[in-house]
Amino acid sequence: MTGEHQVPAAADPHQPGQHDPDTKGHFGPYGGRFMPEALIGALDELSAEYDKARLDPEFTAEFTRLLRDYAGRPSLLTEAPRFAEHAGGARVFLKREDLNHTGSHKINNVLGQALLTKRMGKKRVIAETGAGQHGVATATACALMGLDCVVYMGEVDTQRQALNVARMKLLGAEVIPVKSGSRTLKDAINEALRDWVTNVDSTHYLLGTAAGGHPFPVMVRNFHKVIGIEARAQFLELTGRLPDAVAACVGGGSNAIGIFHGFIDDPGVRLVGIEPGGKGIETGEHGATLSEGSPGMLHGALSYLLQDEDGQTIEAYSISAGLDYPGVGPEHAWLKDTDRAEYRSATDAEAMHAFQLLSRTEGIIPAIESSHALAGALKLGQELGPDGHILVNLSGRGDKDMDTAAKYFGFYEES
Amino acid sequence: MGGLDPVFERTRGEGRGALIGYLPAGFPTVDGSIDLLKGMIDAGCDLVEVGVPYSDPVMDGPVIQAAAETALKAGFRLRDLFTVVEAVSQAGGKAVVMTYWNPVFRYGVDAFSRDLAAAGGLGVITPDLIPDEGADWLAASEAHGLDRIFLVAPSSSEERIASTVAASSGFVYATAVMGVTGARDQVGGAAAGLVERTRAHTSLPIGVGLGVRSGAQAAEVASFADAVIVGSAFVTRAEEGVPGVRALAAELADGVRTARAPIG
Repeated sequence: MTGEHQVPAAADPHQPGQHDPDTKGHFGPYGGRFMPEALIGALDELSAEYDKARLDPEFTAEFTRLLRDYAGRPSLLTEAPRFAEHAGGARVFLKREDLNHTGSHKINNVLGQALLTKRMGKKRVIAETGAGQHGVATATACALMGLDCVVYMGEVDTQRQALNVARMKLLGAEVIPVKSGSRTLKDAINEALRDWVTNVDSTHYLLGTAAGGHPFPVMVRNFHKVIGIEARAQFLELTGRLPDAVAACVGGGSNAIGIFHGFIDDPGVRLVGIEPGGKGIETGEHGATLSEGSPGMLHGALSYLLQDEDGQTIEAYSISAGLDYPGVGPEHAWLKDTDRAEYRSATDAEAMHAFQLLSRTEGIIPAIESSHALAGALKLGQELGPDGHILVNLSGRGDKDMDTAAKYFGFYEES
Repeated sequence: MGGLDPVFERTRGEGRGALIGYLPAGFPTVDGSIDLLKGMIDAGCDLVEVGVPYSDPVMDGPVIQAAAETALKAGFRLRDLFTVVEAVSQAGGKAVVMTYWNPVFRYGVDAFSRDLAAAGGLGVITPDLIPDEGADWLAASEAHGLDRIFLVAPSSSEERIASTVAASSGFVYATAVMGVTGARDQVGGAAAGLVERTRAHTSLPIGVGLGVRSGAQAAEVASFADAVIVGSAFVTRAEEGVPGVRALAAELADGVRTARAPIG
């Protein structure tokens, strides 16, 4: 590989830099604040507090300490050679976010925002959750820091992810099933926003993905940058080079933006986001927002959106409860338009194939969300051939998905 | 300069607050919403807000959410909005549109403004568009002579109130409470304070919405604001058809006439 790959990435994920949005939160034309005036004060307060905190050595040291002593960072980088035999012989490496406390990358952002909540003197936290991973991570951080926690979860998802509902309750959170709209993640966010506008003085909305009105996209990204920074150093140490491609699943896009940013200034590294192709793009039942959507506003930012001719949001579908979101973080829209990242999709069937394959070849059960990235890696491997080096963000573990998987593979019928 | 100025000149001339009634276009059907809106005007609404049913109405409570869902399920299309506005205008009513921004963005901000103006609409209330993000809308509203009604909230800073009213025309929409739409027993005590803070920055009329449902509440709000905005209560009374919304409009119209006129 060329020497330019060896330039170390910025080690401090919190320092302002060239990839930050403008002062109003715009990444190119995307992002911004398409929010009710009633919430602008809270967003301004959050921006001001975050801008101070990111430059405050005490805050960043406390965040780093929690990531190390509580979340268990750094997470491992694991090579997956038996899995890679199915990927055209390319070498495949897994960034093991599944090994973090609570079982996914979500804990990074949650610990950062929970610390900010305390700095702002707020006592109550609300969150939305799809698969339940962000809800569990939020309930965990609130238990750790003594904050009241309310999690909004689509009624459909409370049924798909009953185990995570139980975990949140055990951790002391109140889980409110959302019965409006499509009863999934999008509607959980709507309901959380309605709560926030009503209780904004006492409450922080701990948004779980790199979307929403400014400063959420840049703040959530920065809390997840640790994934990419660690992975880059680990990859160099293990292989002496950088990957050809970094693959990550994209729903709202938080794990992807976190790992992408470790490599964003390495022009030789392809950044590949894998969206949920559901039952197949041609069926219309999917969540491939960047691949199939068009610019529009949802939940406070201009980005890509699945919408009809009239600008009504189209409900997304995926077998994975964490990916069926019709919007996506605005920085991904900008990375797509500027061709710095590329976005593809993997169907339910491709993801479930990769889910089973990783389990059987490596003894690692991935989240169905992350299985989309694995499915993408299988294809990338075929394209790159035996010289290819692929880094996959294994964003979460699959324990929560056992019921879905058992039904999908017919395990219940066998027993 | 805008088409709304005569509405408030008249109500101010009569020494009373204006009554503004909201109903989503296409609720329960396109024709049904036209009849309801005409009834509301006939029975005393000085102005109607024609809502655009939207899939993700984050500022709305359960009543308006359900109405939007009903309209969308009945097949409402954005172009039907112009049909409704045109019918109301031709019947002599005054109408503005209240819409979340994405449907306008998708239609094209200039094209939407052109078509709304052609249908006789006087302006647009934008619950999730702040002036900071509204460059396209500022230009299109100027070009097509539409009024821009932005919102101020109890949480707005003095600085934000000043910049918001500077970008507004027609009137300013003050949200009475921190929260979503829906009828309440009491209109927040924050409303009067917000109106007072807003008056310090503008001579535009100030309308107060969120929570008003009775003649007595309308009278209370009209004692400190230039307009009383009623939404969810009309949507609820629409279940009884035109007589229901007419009865409510009449009660509220009495309310704004019994109040002591605002100073300003």
